Amino acid sequence: MISDQAKKEIDIWVAKYPTGRQSSAVMEALKIVQAENGGSLTNDLIKAVADYLDMPRINAQEVATFYENYNHKPVGKHVIRFCHNISCMLNGADDLISYLETKLGVKTGEARKDGLVSVKKVECLGACVGAPMCQIGDKYFENLTEQRIDEILDGLK
Amino acid sequence: MNKVCFKNINKDNPSSLATYEASGGYKVWRKILKGELSQGKILDELKTSGLRGRGGAGFPTGLKWSFMPRNQEGQKYVVCNSDEGEPGTCKDRDILRFNPHAVIEGMAIAGYVMKASVGYNYIRGEFMEPYYRFEEALNEAYGAGLLGEDINDSKITFNLYTHLGAGAYICGEETALLESIEGKKGQPRFKPPFPANVGLYGKPTTINNTESFASVPDILAKGGQWFADLGVPNSGGCKLFSVTGHVNNPANFEIPMGTPFSDLLEMAGGLREGRKLKAVIPGGSSTPVLPAKAALKMNMDYDSIDKAGSMLGAGSVIIMDDTTCMVKALTRLAHFYYDESCGQCTPCREGTGWIYRVLKRIMDGHGKNEDLDLLLSVQDKIIGNTICALGDAAAMPVESFIRHFRKEFEHYIKNGESMVAKDG
Repeated sequence: MISDQAKKEIDIWVAKYPTGRQSSAVMEALKIVQAENGGSLTNDLIKAVADYLDMPRINAQEVATFYENYNHKPVGKHVIRFCHNISCMLNGADDLISYLETKLGVKTGEARKDGLVSVKKVECLGACVGAPMCQIGDKYFENLTEQRIDEILDGLK
Repeated sequence: MNKVCFKNINKDNPSSLATYEASGGYKVWRKILKGELSQGKILDELKTSGLRGRGGAGFPTGLKWSFMPRNQEGQKYVVCNSDEGEPGTCKDRDILRFNPHAVIEGMAIAGYVMKASVGYNYIRGEFMEPYYRFEEALNEAYGAGLLGEDINDSKITFNLYTHLGAGAYICGEETALLESIEGKKGQPRFKPPFPANVGLYGKPTTINNTESFASVPDILAKGGQWFADLGVPNSGGCKLFSVTGHVNNPANFEIPMGTPFSDLLEMAGGLREGRKLKAVIPGGSSTPVLPAKAALKMNMDYDSIDKAGSMLGAGSVIIMDDTTCMVKALTRLAHFYYDESCGQCTPCREGTGWIYRVLKRIMDGHGKNEDLDLLLSVQDKIIGNTICALGDAAAMPVESFIRHFRKEFEHYIKNGESMVAKDG
C-alpha cells in the first residue's frame, strides 16, 4: 500500500522523534502518501500509515480528519488555496475568488472535470502583507490581481 | 528601524550563515560553548531586557525560562512556535525566511539555559518556503559544528528538528501544539500542569514564539539594558508589526515599542487616496477593534494599546478605511473562529457557530431586532468558560465591533443591506 520511496521519506521524519514516539511522524506520513495518491487520502491509506507507524488506526483517522491539509475526495492536479480572511478580504479577495471561479468554470470546494485544477477557500495563510494571496502547491502567490491570476493559470499544465 | 530580527533583511543572502556571522551571529553561542556565559547571567539579562512573548500573550520571556526545573533529571525540551496563523500576522514567516539562524541560536541558548538537549521548531504546514530556508540554515549550523552532541567538547548537546503542521490555527496554542508534535489532534490541554512541568512527551518543556527566540541572541550580545532602552517601560525593545489592510504599503516593520500609531501608519504609506481611517485592529484578529479616534491616540506598546481599549497581541495591525462594512468584517472573523474551533469545549464549539450563523443571517437580510443582544449574550457565555484562549479570541471581536459600530449593525438588520456604499 505504501511505496518503498514513501517509506523512506516517512523514516526520515520518524528519526526526528524519540524511540517509541514514531507516531509523531503521522502528520507528515499522511502528507507523503496523500501526495503519492494524487492529492487525497483513502481510508485504506490512513490505515496503512497507522500500521506502518504502529499506532492505533483511530488516532491516524483523527489526525487525517482534524487538520485542514488532508483531502478525502479527489482534488485537481493543482489545488488553488485562496485566502479569504480579513486582510485579503479588505483587498478584494472575494471578487478575485469569483473571478477565478468564472474563469475556471468551477466552484470553490470542487475539482474541475478535466482534473487539472480545484479551488479551495482557506483561512489566513500568514502572508497578509501580500494580500490578496493564494497558495498553489508549495508556493505562495501574493498581491494578486485579475491579470496576475490569468498569468498564473496560463502557467498551470 | 530593523535593529534586531530584521537587521540583515536588506543584505544579500540575508538567511545565510555567512551573513548572520558577519553581523555578530553565533558569538553568544560560541561564548557559551567555551563556558564563558552562565545560565544565571543569561536569565538576568533577559529579565533586564523586558522581552515579552512575541506570539501574543506578552508573558516575560526571562521569567518563563526561569520556571523550568532545569536541574531535574531526564529529558527536557525547547519548542519554537512558528505556527503563525492569527489573521493579520505574517512576521514569523519573514524571520524564518530572512533570519533563520537567529531562531536557531535563540533556541540553542534556551536549550543551554534550561538544560534541554532537544528542540523542535513547529512550522505551520503551509510555510514551505520558510521551512526549506530554515532547514537549509539548520544544515549550515550542523555543518559548522554549532549543533549536535557534545558540541566542540563543551559537554553541551543540542539537537534541533523541524515539525510541520497540517493546517489548524488552534495549534498555535502551546499545549495544542505539543499534542500536535505528539501526532495527535491539536486540542489544548487543561492547565495545570503547565508545560514547564509536564510538556512534550510528558517532559518539562518551554515554548516560545519565533520572534522571541530570534530576539535573544542580540539581547545577550548587546545587553539586556540596550534592548530595554530601545522601547519604553514595561514594553522593552523593538517589535515587528505587520501592517495590513487598507494602506498603500502593507509590510512588516521592526520599530521601537512605544512608536506612535500615526507614525507606523505613515511608514505603511498611509491610507489610499481620498479614504479616511475608520477602524484598527491593533494586535491580530483576536484583539478588540478600535475606532479611528482611539487608535490615533495610541502608541505601539502594551500599556498604551491596553489603555486605548485593545491589546498589542502579535503586533498585527489591520487597517480599515471608510469603505469597510463592519458587519461583513466581523462576519468574516466569526467564520474563521467557527472554522478553527477545535470542538473540545462546548461554549466555544457551539458558541462560535451561533455567532457566525446569526451574523450570516443579518448579512443575508434576515436579521432580527434581538440579534445584537443574542450575539452579545453568546459571546459573554464563551468568555472565560473554555480550556484555551480561542474562545475568548472568538468572543472579543464581537463585543467590540458591536459596541463601536452598533449603528451599522442596526442599519443592516433594519434595511437588509450595508450602510457602507462600497465594501471590501
